[in-house]
Amino acid sequence: MRVLHFVIAFALMGCQEPINNPHPEDLVGTRTLFSSFSERPKHLDPARAYSSNEIEFIGQIYEPPLQYSFLKRPYELEPLTLTAMPRLTLLDAQGRVLPSDAPATKVAQSVYELHLRDDIRYQPHPAFVPAMHQIDPRIVAGLDDFPERASRVVTAADYVHQIKRLADPRVSSPIFGLMREYIVGLGDLGDRLMARQKIGQPINLEAESLDGAVAVDARTVRITLRGRYPQFNYWLAMPFFAPIPPEVERFYARPGMIEKNLSLDWQPVGSGPFFLAENDPNRVMRLLRNPHYHADFYPGSPDLRLPLIDQAVYSLEKEDIPYWGKFLQGYYDSSGIASDTFDQAIRIAPDGTPELSAEMRERNLQLVTALRPSLWYVGFNQLDPVLGGSTVAARKLRQALSIALDWEEFISIFLNGRGIPAQDPIPPGIFGHREGEAGVNPVTHVWQSNHLQRRPLADAKKLLLEAGWPEGRHAQTGVPLVLYLDTMAGGADAKARLDWYRKQFAKLGVQLVVRATDYNRFQDKMLKGSAQIFEWGWNADYPDPENFLFLLYGPNRKAGLNGENAANYKNPEFDQLFVRMKDMENSPARQAVIDQMLALVQEDAPWAFAYIGKTYALRHGWMASRTPNLMANNTLKYTDLNPASRVAYQHTWNRPALWPLVVVLLGAMLIGVLALRAWQRRDQAKGRA
Amino acid sequence: MIRYLIRRLFYALPILLGVNLLTFALFFGVSSPDDMARIHLGGKRVTAEAVERWKVQHGYDLPHFYNAAGEGVEQVTQTLFVQKSLHLFTLDFGTADDGRDIGREIGKRMWPSLVVALPTFLLGLVVYLATALFLVFFRNTALDTVGVVMLVALMSISGLFYVIGGQVLLAKWWQWAPISGYAPGLSGLQFLFLPVLIGVVSGIGDASRFYRALFLEEAGRDYVRTAHAKGLSPFRVLFRHILGNAAIPILTGVVVVIPRLFLGSLILESFFGIPGLGSYTIDAIQAQDFAIVRGMVFLGSLLYIVGLTLTDLSYAWVDPRVRLQ
Repeated sequence: MRVLHFVIAFALMGCQEPINNPHPEDLVGTRTLFSSFSERPKHLDPARAYSSNEIEFIGQIYEPPLQYSFLKRPYELEPLTLTAMPRLTLLDAQGRVLPSDAPATKVAQSVYELHLRDDIRYQPHPAFVPAMHQIDPRIVAGLDDFPERASRVVTAADYVHQIKRLADPRVSSPIFGLMREYIVGLGDLGDRLMARQKIGQPINLEAESLDGAVAVDARTVRITLRGRYPQFNYWLAMPFFAPIPPEVERFYARPGMIEKNLSLDWQPVGSGPFFLAENDPNRVMRLLRNPHYHADFYPGSPDLRLPLIDQAVYSLEKEDIPYWGKFLQGYYDSSGIASDTFDQAIRIAPDGTPELSAEMRERNLQLVTALRPSLWYVGFNQLDPVLGGSTVAARKLRQALSIALDWEEFISIFLNGRGIPAQDPIPPGIFGHREGEAGVNPVTHVWQSNHLQRRPLADAKKLLLEAGWPEGRHAQTGVPLVLYLDTMAGGADAKARLDWYRKQFAKLGVQLVVRATDYNRFQDKMLKGSAQIFEWGWNADYPDPENFLFLLYGPNRKAGLNGENAANYKNPEFDQLFVRMKDMENSPARQAVIDQMLALVQEDAPWAFAYIGKTYALRHGWMASRTPNLMANNTLKYTDLNPASRVAYQHTWNRPALWPLVVVLLGAMLIGVLALRAWQRRDQAKGRA
Repeated sequence: MIRYLIRRLFYALPILLGVNLLTFALFFGVSSPDDMARIHLGGKRVTAEAVERWKVQHGYDLPHFYNAAGEGVEQVTQTLFVQKSLHLFTLDFGTADDGRDIGREIGKRMWPSLVVALPTFLLGLVVYLATALFLVFFRNTALDTVGVVMLVALMSISGLFYVIGGQVLLAKWWQWAPISGYAPGLSGLQFLFLPVLIGVVSGIGDASRFYRALFLEEAGRDYVRTAHAKGLSPFRVLFRHILGNAAIPILTGVVVVIPRLFLGSLILESFFGIPGLGSYTIDAIQAQDFAIVRGMVFLGSLLYIVGLTLTDLSYAWVDPRVRLQ
């Protein structure tokens, strides 16, 4: 029908429906969100997926026990599939119950008891019909070939099964290394399964026991951790801890299924507000409302039952230009802003605040901005003989470089102003971050006239002199100071940025040599601790200061220990404070400890704190206004839109131009006439005498 | 003919083995199994133990070419090269490092590539030949001069410009078709208009100039003069004699690409959202997925050999003087 329509419409241009609508005709006017993805998700298995482009999908499909409250700030956890927040019992080495404020050193085990709601049901799936397990996978092409589907209630055993899957070597869960340190028996289970796999024995998780995760009854899960780990609640809000029905895993494990991409990694089965109805990650992924989704309402609005839309269609868009074009035509509901289109979309008001350009305002767009819970920094390797270590000279050299790196300029040039200079490792919105004067890094900035001001270059030069490198030359030998930046950035795109780095160091007379390398070599250098200066970033796993400060914790260093402390920073005082802080509840006492830690790292300057990025997003006027929640994974269910308004705008913005056809026709006629005349001239030409 | 084909088949085996060996050496020259594990496990919280488990799980814990721990023939067979490469000769592409079946993926992605590439190829061939014949027909006239200048101008423009310019002009400003997208079946026709048109237009400069040169060379030969002297109409001379005799060099360039049409085009598919094979290899290199890289390189080599063989066969078909022995 669309083809016929296309042909007829092209013939009669301008008087029909838009002919450039890339979406299926039957979705016009429906409560469907049209969005995109730029890179196909590698994994959709909740035990394995960790990247943001994977969580974007499975966050809507799977339901872990907890979720982030959509509107509350600072971010706060609330039950999702539980009747209440997990009940925590602390035990000492003899199994005696301890008070909740017991010191971490006395806590031998933390027992979390999770009570499930009784109305959580899975999406319809053939694996829930026993007869479908009898169908030979070799005679089916896909899930649609299984004629029957059913659902069932989520049970405690499903959560336990998923926790066991974290240890399964066939799954390669990225958090197994971390969780084996905490969940009692998980490491042993992983070792057992690995040994079994090595000798070719089959693995059956249902037959395995795990002391640290037990289904007490159909509705109660008990998770036992070694010691105390207050951040565990945040992990319970991630898909790693979503339920997986064992029969689905058995269904997919049959011979012939994996060859047809029928696996949990490709065809997820969850209890969330949506299920994956179409998975063609080379083209489109489609989420459809789960008909068995439990009662769930928009915060404070008991009449707004979630999800608010019926489906979401995500199309693969690898390039910015077609994506932006389709957004402006109204075929995508929201869009980020690429550097190329920033000036078209945004203008900076005289007071420095960003606002929509006149063209975007005319289109009734909304601008949504939010600071990301992430951090970008330049690290100084503490194992390096010139820059690293705790000597006064090395520290002053790092401080001088931290001042010279003008991140305000960087944000203005390379980010179109979309960011704020970082003062310490904790971004805004995370407990421990301090605003205003109290949050100033005294090494690099001062607070003047109610504004943050970078210290003058003279301060950096003075520090450099005290470090024994006056004007960038060694005080005794006169040898110029040459430093090395190891980076994965290369090519024409990165040249301007790398030139900027060179310029910042040159302000102090220091020469910077950029050693651009590929991803593998860069990782090698970092693991061996042989890089000198490097760029690095971190996205929050959860909104707790521990998730940022552990990046500077000594026993977590990268060189030799494979941790996330890429600068290999080691300060015993900081490490002691970290151990204290990580087990504390958010409180003034915890803030005081964090303040001490921040002062230490500001003074030691193992990083030049670069910036905290700001997201700028555009939404069409038909989208309901929503405050972005950058920690929550399951935000699609809160999305709302007005399809009638969208159709009206699409008609207004998409009227094909007729005049170019006339020009082409005239051009063809002109060539025809010229050809005819040339033919006639040749036909009537006479030979020379 | 049969003997010739069998001989070509035997020639192909060492070539494919060499390509396999080269791909293996190049890939593992820049990427170790540890690197592969790290990139597949993601950028966060990757422990040494996780790397080891991944390698064991995916069979990358073996030595490259010689397994000193093995016994007898296992010293050769229990190696990365044999385990990961040789089964390709049975056209078993295996599974990608992310667990997905490569053969199925190729089977799924080749059709969208073909759906765009085949009409572009056929329509392009007609347009380029027609343009070249038109210019040859009007050679030494103002039309020819203007035409050649335009062709040179067209061939001087970057392919990327045609894609972006075409999208902006035809889809964004004039709104004649969707900017990008794809749908299977007849409903996907609306998405083909733009990539096929741009694919054809972007090749006019090069191809038409090339074909024009071939036709001009034929047009200067004695048999053409004789045909004119016999009183044959210019159309008959052009379409029957010149076109027919210029077919062999045209075939050289055309037949060899036919088997590789379904491998797609990286830029065209990337900008138009065509879910084809065009970016499959590049994406795999970026993701350090050796299973896909080796499979696609092997397939590309195989199809190239098939293309060359088909070219030879087509020579014998169009020119009775050629015999394959």
